[in-house]
Amino acid sequence: MDARRRNNVTVIGCEDAPTVLLAHGFGCDQNLWRLVVPDLSKRFRIVLFDHVGSGRSDVAAWSPQRYTTLDGYAEDVLEICAELDLRDVVLVGHSVSAMIAVLAANREPERFAKLVLLTPSPCYLDDGDYRGGFTRADIDELLDSLESNYLGWSAAMAPVIAGNPDRPEVAGELEAAFCRTDPAIARVFARTTFLSDNRADLADVTVRTAVLQCSSDAIAPREVGQFVHDRIEGSVLVTLDAIGHCPQLSAPEQTAAAIAEFAGAR
Amino acid sequence: METTFSALLEDSAEDLYENAPCGYLSTLMDGTIAKINATLLGWLGHERAELLGRRRFADLLPVGDRIYHETHFAPMLRMHGEIGGIALELVRADGTRMAVLVSSTVKTSANGTAQLIRTTIFDAGDRRAYEHELLRARQEAEQERDRVQLLASTLQRTLLPPSLPDVPGMDVAAYYHPASADEVGGDFYDLFPLTGDTWAFFLGDVSGKGAEAAVVTSLTRYTLRAAAVQEPGPASVLKRLNTALLKDQHGATPRFCTAIHGLLEPAEDGAKVTLASGGHPPALVIRHRGAAELLDTRGGQLIGALPDARFVEVELHLRPGDTLLLYSDGLTEARTHGRVRYDEEDLRDWADTLDVGSATETVAAVSLLLDSFGDGVDDDTALLALSVRLLGDERP
Repeated sequence: MDARRRNNVTVIGCEDAPTVLLAHGFGCDQNLWRLVVPDLSKRFRIVLFDHVGSGRSDVAAWSPQRYTTLDGYAEDVLEICAELDLRDVVLVGHSVSAMIAVLAANREPERFAKLVLLTPSPCYLDDGDYRGGFTRADIDELLDSLESNYLGWSAAMAPVIAGNPDRPEVAGELEAAFCRTDPAIARVFARTTFLSDNRADLADVTVRTAVLQCSSDAIAPREVGQFVHDRIEGSVLVTLDAIGHCPQLSAPEQTAAAIAEFAGAR
Repeated sequence: METTFSALLEDSAEDLYENAPCGYLSTLMDGTIAKINATLLGWLGHERAELLGRRRFADLLPVGDRIYHETHFAPMLRMHGEIGGIALELVRADGTRMAVLVSSTVKTSANGTAQLIRTTIFDAGDRRAYEHELLRARQEAEQERDRVQLLASTLQRTLLPPSLPDVPGMDVAAYYHPASADEVGGDFYDLFPLTGDTWAFFLGDVSGKGAEAAVVTSLTRYTLRAAAVQEPGPASVLKRLNTALLKDQHGATPRFCTAIHGLLEPAEDGAKVTLASGGHPPALVIRHRGAAELLDTRGGQLIGALPDARFVEVELHLRPGDTLLLYSDGLTEARTHGRVRYDEEDLRDWADTLDVGSATETVAAVSLLLDSFGDGVDDDTALLALSVRLLGDERP
């Protein structure tokens, strides 16, 4: 198993500092952390990776069996930690990766010092009194939206997106490949992301946790952030003054500061 | 001429903005609508005052598109400063929807600070209908392809034994790799008991691929199975097959094959093998802790091509740990990494360096070798290996 290659793992920052592992969410890749990495890398060792099927991960390693549940992704996170022999990790999971982080930390709590759940939602669908914010019809509509916009996805881009070490000349096309995913894989990831229900897993978290939410987020509303905070005993809830679902882009300094403060605290 | 030109000059920038044939929208970086043109207001059926400063761009989208906006559109726009040609829907004031194509750019100040997002919106109703058709056609094509693959793999299974029988004192193993998931391959093999202590086996390759080849494979298999019971030896079995294929020549494509067929008689000190080849690459014998050799069956002719085809029969004795390997030319004509064709001598030299003592180990080693060729294997590949079991204390 070569998790480093499979997940296109990048390690930067201070070698002897505590390790912060940044896990990107649905729709993008590790580039999404680009604006917070400069600040964080001054104080921490930063480990970045792409989920299998995203960014420049090894698309050949993707299989519908492994990646139709978030457990497959959590398994990958643990494999990266094991292969790089990461200890006392501060695992930061954005969006769907917040729940991937919860699953990973519940499997091997001794591996992690802290969890940072950035705009988390344990369940996107409404269910009884729980307001996830979406209905099943909304999610089907998202799948259609993905489908329409991947018309422009071309098979010729596939090797570029997959990351082809034999073709250095395509390195310049990295920008063009940013956030592009094979439509078949994106579809499965979208379903896995938006149809998973991890509410029951929150109570099992024993690792110290911070919940970072945005003041206005159409994907993970504040009630949901509050729900996560209530269910994880001893967790800290921080509301960032930021709009949207990606505060690491819309309010990078504030987000980096919040992560650093919690990660660096004793 | 002059009057037209002055009329053009009177077309003010303001009027062009308001009544352009596309929607214009400017928002703050958080998406709050700051400016909107009359065209877009008309499409939406909203009053300007309802939107300015009060609604965000994402509020105009249905929920599915809003998620797409948050997870794809907005991050891409932040990272690149622009995004183009995104297919979305807008929800009008009356709740109906309108298919649009959206492009946005970020306007930055002189010092590089992002200030606002400028968005143009095109009516894409007709185009989207056409794209839906394309999408539907693609989905149908994908389903069709799945069906073809299922058909091919099902048919393929009927042409190969589901599993190999146990032969006393012997280890047997087989491997089959179709070159394409869309077509039935032309390689085949089998191993089955005859009367008493004798077992028959064969491995071959029919010309062509697909449904035509499957017909020949099926005929070949049944003929070989029946003839093996009735005929006295492998050479006469292949003669029967030759006659059967010649009789069956109708239609434009000639039907022939290459094959090795043999008899196996396990004995106290090993096993006796009698085999005949019709135009097939020579079988390989890998002696336990000894050399590998190609069995000389030269002179055996293509089966189904000539009425009086000759077939060459040879006999050999396998001792404990010896392996007989039959293979198809998918292996020996594979392109190696240097892009040269692998050949039979290469295979023998490679096998010479192998330290294996059983059919299972041999097939595992050859399949690794095939994997190492990657996409150099461009034909179907079949392997069948037979070895005499080592006594417990002889295991390496």
